[in-house]
Amino acid sequence: MPVPAITASALVKWFGEGEARTTALKEVSLEAYLGEMLYIVGPSGSGKTTLLSVLSGILRPDSGTVSVEGANIWSLSSDKLADFRLHKIGFVFQDYHLFPRLTTAENVAIPLILKRTDWNDAIAAANKYLEIVGLKNRAGLPPVKLSGGEQQRVAIARAIASQPDILIMDEPTASLDGDTGQSIVKFVKQNILNDKRCILIVTHDSRIYEFATRILKMEDGRLTGVEKGSSA
Amino acid sequence: MRGILKLAYKLLVNDKAKFTALLVGITFAVFLMIAMTSLFAGVLKRASATVINIGASMWVMDSSVQTVANTIGMPDYVLDAVRSIPGVHYAVPLYSGGALVKLADGAYQAVTVVGLDDTSLFGRPHLLEGKIEDIYGENAFIVVKDPEYPKMESPGIGAQFELNDHRGVIVGIANVTSSGLFGVPTLYTTYYRALQYIPNPRFTISYVLVEPKSPGDIAQIKQQVQALGYLALTQDEFMDKISDFYKFQTGLGMNLLIMTVMSFIVGLSISGQTFYTFVLENLEKFGALKAIGTTSRELIIMILFQASFTALTGYGLGIGLCALTTTLAKLRLPDYAAMITFWNLALAFVMVVVIAAVSSYFGVRKVLRIEPFDIFRG
Repeated sequence: MPVPAITASALVKWFGEGEARTTALKEVSLEAYLGEMLYIVGPSGSGKTTLLSVLSGILRPDSGTVSVEGANIWSLSSDKLADFRLHKIGFVFQDYHLFPRLTTAENVAIPLILKRTDWNDAIAAANKYLEIVGLKNRAGLPPVKLSGGEQQRVAIARAIASQPDILIMDEPTASLDGDTGQSIVKFVKQNILNDKRCILIVTHDSRIYEFATRILKMEDGRLTGVEKGSSA
Repeated sequence: MRGILKLAYKLLVNDKAKFTALLVGITFAVFLMIAMTSLFAGVLKRASATVINIGASMWVMDSSVQTVANTIGMPDYVLDAVRSIPGVHYAVPLYSGGALVKLADGAYQAVTVVGLDDTSLFGRPHLLEGKIEDIYGENAFIVVKDPEYPKMESPGIGAQFELNDHRGVIVGIANVTSSGLFGVPTLYTTYYRALQYIPNPRFTISYVLVEPKSPGDIAQIKQQVQALGYLALTQDEFMDKISDFYKFQTGLGMNLLIMTVMSFIVGLSISGQTFYTFVLENLEKFGALKAIGTTSRELIIMILFQASFTALTGYGLGIGLCALTTTLAKLRLPDYAAMITFWNLALAFVMVVVIAAVSSYFGVRKVLRIEPFDIFRG
């Protein structure tokens, strides 16, 4: 019996007012399970990123609920919500958003530092996560000295450093060439996904569909179909 | 929290170009603010040089006196009347006035002549050369060895000059706590010789110097002196009166205030703008931190820490730079009046705190407005 990591129910989100009002999410409901690599795919403007943001606790829906471990995250105060994101969610942003003035290890250590881990302990732990993503020898370099694929892996190491239950990846292959993109997602599936973790990926890139457990299709703010990935 | 502060520190100092620009802005502003205000403090101190050097507890004067150099003679009976006030331990006259001396080479030089009470020599300076009792000798004067001393051709003991066709002889060389403001040498002599050498109006006592029996007697002495139609001030009150005159009744205070405010504005604009640019350039990163789970409070603390750290470092560098340039200037220019006081430092500190607060206010406002969702949207 799969254990739900996130349960979303009747999510509605609109932007703008009056005639400019656009509904980005229209009564979207879904469940994502632990041990699953769930893709959300669809054309630009279909509401994928909005859905990801609502599910991860950074964009408040106009109606509907998002439950994690049985609690509606949108009933939490802003501080509790930040705490929830810090402890439960790992983010891999499309542009990585690594800090160019910090070393690779310091970038990876950020979530641990925010969790009040001692600086030296956080750096030591960050080195372990860099080892997991195969970049231990790059720990002292600033991210700008790394290739795009390596930066992506640093972003993944940072996202998993806080040992989150849910990993959110926004267009993880958008800035990478085809082979590197595939190898990164394959790496994530083989090394980061486990029974206690759910990975949500928003992507346009059909070349990585093969790694999905399930694929949710979105169009015009609605989920229009579910596909099972070929490697599920 | 230490980890978060260290993170903020590294984000700040590792951006070397911005951090340097911030430090230069604040250091320069602090340097200018302290330089301006310390110069003013030095000028004010010099304006009260005679009061400081004489060191009397109380000064009795005409109520129209504005500065120590601007004396209005009082009749002799004032001295006797003050001596008769209960609570006065002793009271002595003081002469203070300007004169022209004719030097050996025939040149004239303006001087300040201080005439000390003949009996007590109250307010006598510390002698570097000569003996104080020699001041009672014929035509005797003591010259003060300060930055103005060379203007009298650096006279040694026995050197002679003319003062209103009277012969004057240097019998001692002294030093004093504070040099005067007006750039003229100072000569000490006895009260009666001063009256004898320098033409005077009918009333001759410049000041009556009073030592009260106890601090508790000061109020009563003031009252009684007021009843005589004159003004009695403690040393600090007299110095405040002189300061107030230069601050509020000459253009000096306002001009220096304007320059200090301009320094503040320069510092605020350079540092504020650079810090704001720093925040803007890192806005996406702050948004990413927010998405990861940093609370607004933690972001505010990070920005305040960055602004405070920069401000305090710049403050320290500014003080150091000002102390260094003041010391160097005094080595080259003995007349350079700047004097760094606690109040100069406190004022510059308050202004630096304002610079840090204003700079961080706009940064904080921007960071609090960024939505993590914007990071996802790119």
